[in-house]
Amino acid sequence: MARIILDNVAHAYRPDPQDAADWALQPSDHVWEHGGAYALLGPSGCGKTTLLNIISGLVTPSRGRILFDEHDVTALPTEQRNIAQVFQFPVIYDTMTVAENLAFPLRNRGVAPAEIDARVKEIARLLDLTRDLPRKARGLTADAKQKISLGRGLVRADVAAILFDEPLTVIDPHLKWELRSVLKEIHRKLDVTMIYVTHDQTEALTFADKVVVMQNGQVIQVGSPNELFDRPAHTFVGHFIGSPGMNLLPCQIDGATARIGAHVVPLGRAYDIPVGQKTELGIRPEFTRLGAGGLPVHIRRIDDLGRMRLARVDLDGHPLVATIPADEAVSGDQSGLHFDPARLFVYADGRLAG
Amino acid sequence: MAMQKVINNKAWFLVPPVLLTVAFSAVIPLMTVVNYSVQDTFGNNQFFWNGVGWYEELLSPSTELGGRFFDALWRNLLFSAIILAVEIPLGIAVALSMPRHGWPVATCLVIMAMPLLIPWNVVGTIWQVFSRGDIGLLGWMINHIGIDYNYTQGPTSAWFTIIVMDVWHWTSLVALLCYAGLKSIPEAYYQAARIDGASRWAVFRMIQLPKMRRVLIIAVLLRFMDSFMIYTEPFVVTGGGPGNSTTFLSIDLVKLALGQFDLGKAAAMSIVYNLMILAVCWVFYTVMLNLDTDRRA
Repeated sequence: MARIILDNVAHAYRPDPQDAADWALQPSDHVWEHGGAYALLGPSGCGKTTLLNIISGLVTPSRGRILFDEHDVTALPTEQRNIAQVFQFPVIYDTMTVAENLAFPLRNRGVAPAEIDARVKEIARLLDLTRDLPRKARGLTADAKQKISLGRGLVRADVAAILFDEPLTVIDPHLKWELRSVLKEIHRKLDVTMIYVTHDQTEALTFADKVVVMQNGQVIQVGSPNELFDRPAHTFVGHFIGSPGMNLLPCQIDGATARIGAHVVPLGRAYDIPVGQKTELGIRPEFTRLGAGGLPVHIRRIDDLGRMRLARVDLDGHPLVATIPADEAVSGDQSGLHFDPARLFVYADGRLAG
Repeated sequence: MAMQKVINNKAWFLVPPVLLTVAFSAVIPLMTVVNYSVQDTFGNNQFFWNGVGWYEELLSPSTELGGRFFDALWRNLLFSAIILAVEIPLGIAVALSMPRHGWPVATCLVIMAMPLLIPWNVVGTIWQVFSRGDIGLLGWMINHIGIDYNYTQGPTSAWFTIIVMDVWHWTSLVALLCYAGLKSIPEAYYQAARIDGASRWAVFRMIQLPKMRRVLIIAVLLRFMDSFMIYTEPFVVTGGGPGNSTTFLSIDLVKLALGQFDLGKAAAMSIVYNLMILAVCWVFYTVMLNLDTDRRA
């Protein structure tokens, strides 16, 4: 049971990193609180797996320290850290039965047979593998094999954290949803830290209490799903979280107003942006409303999603997405755009200003 | 709606070439041997019907023919067993210690492939010279440290020479096959094993060995067949001697057919030899097929 602390950890796979692009993980500080359910979210190649492997010890970071509470484990091999990890593709031991597979991590650590038996039964029950326990693991389906991999990650009672590296990629969609709830349930029961790597925002937002968003080897925002939605700290978060993502409009900041081409949008308060930074206005489609008056836009398409209607519009050539209120009838291809001032953010060089 | 099948009888013209090829490459030679095996001759190209006489003689160990056949057979089986017992574990060990990344891989593969590229009789000649007590480095060294070693006189020396030669010649085949099997194991398996706290032995026993199982079966098949049919190298090195101590089945067969010109006996022996090899092939084939269905089930 521990907090996991990353102290200025960075990693490059090349021995002689030259520029920023050579670093798979930029120097990062982060604290994983004990018992949290974290999601590590970001596009492929953003350093999620590297970060995960550094925590589990499969990768030794080029720089920095990892602490479990106050113990420095940076130099400790994987076997000696109390970490379980589940990988993207199923790993099973062909010659063993399902029960032996689940017992393997415990047997290697010299756990008493009676306790092994109890743990294996418990995990098999949670993952709906009880009937398969005496079968050879080799002949099972990919779903079942991945459940065994998950089971081997969950079976140890003493771990500081369980790491999941996109564990549900090979699982069929229906079962995926079910297994995710099982993981949540296990998390509630076991009081263990779980870190879940994914590039799927739905998966991240439904699993985690805290989402860590990464891009280009950097952690760019840590927050609850609501915080990420309500106040994206970076244009990337705004764009990556939410469906469709945040609208971004290049603009010029002039005290308390933003100028978009010939249009002026009041900001509510003044911003002081250093000269030379690229400034953008960000607002989510949910808070961008179509209606009479406002900024004149050209409507390109209307998507009726059933519970809401979205309009794809053009403002002087910039594409935007706006919500059409339920009582608003749209006719013709010209309309006006209204922003909710409380939801309007200013970004300078991609980062939230102010 | 039924599909209209195009009937084109010209396709029959494609069959005769196949029939001819099979006939000349397999059926006719085999039938010639069958023909010899049921006849006896007293020279002058006169043949007499002998039925299964040669087979009866061959398969009863009390007769002269049966005795030498079974001697050669046991000798050959012992040789194959020793070869497998040495080359398979050694090949696995070599594969496990081969580099996995970078330029050493290519260097290693080229060096390993070298013995496989040398013609059989050249291998025999190399070892014949290498093992001589007077001018051969190996023979001279063994004698120099006080062991009486002479492959032309001592059966033990002769067996030792032929086994070491075969190990030198063919272990790299086993190693290369195992290496291919090892390379196909995804990195995640090793990572998972580390997470699970598996020992080095457990990784070998639970991951590497099961994943190499298929290539190992192929390696055992190839090495068994090759050693069961071995002819050239022992023929060049020992000529089957001293005495008959290294006379394996194919050497004995050649002695019988070309040395003594006993065509009937030699033909019967060929057929039995052939059937044994077919039987072994069938066993291996069935085992491999079972592995496949096992995997799919």
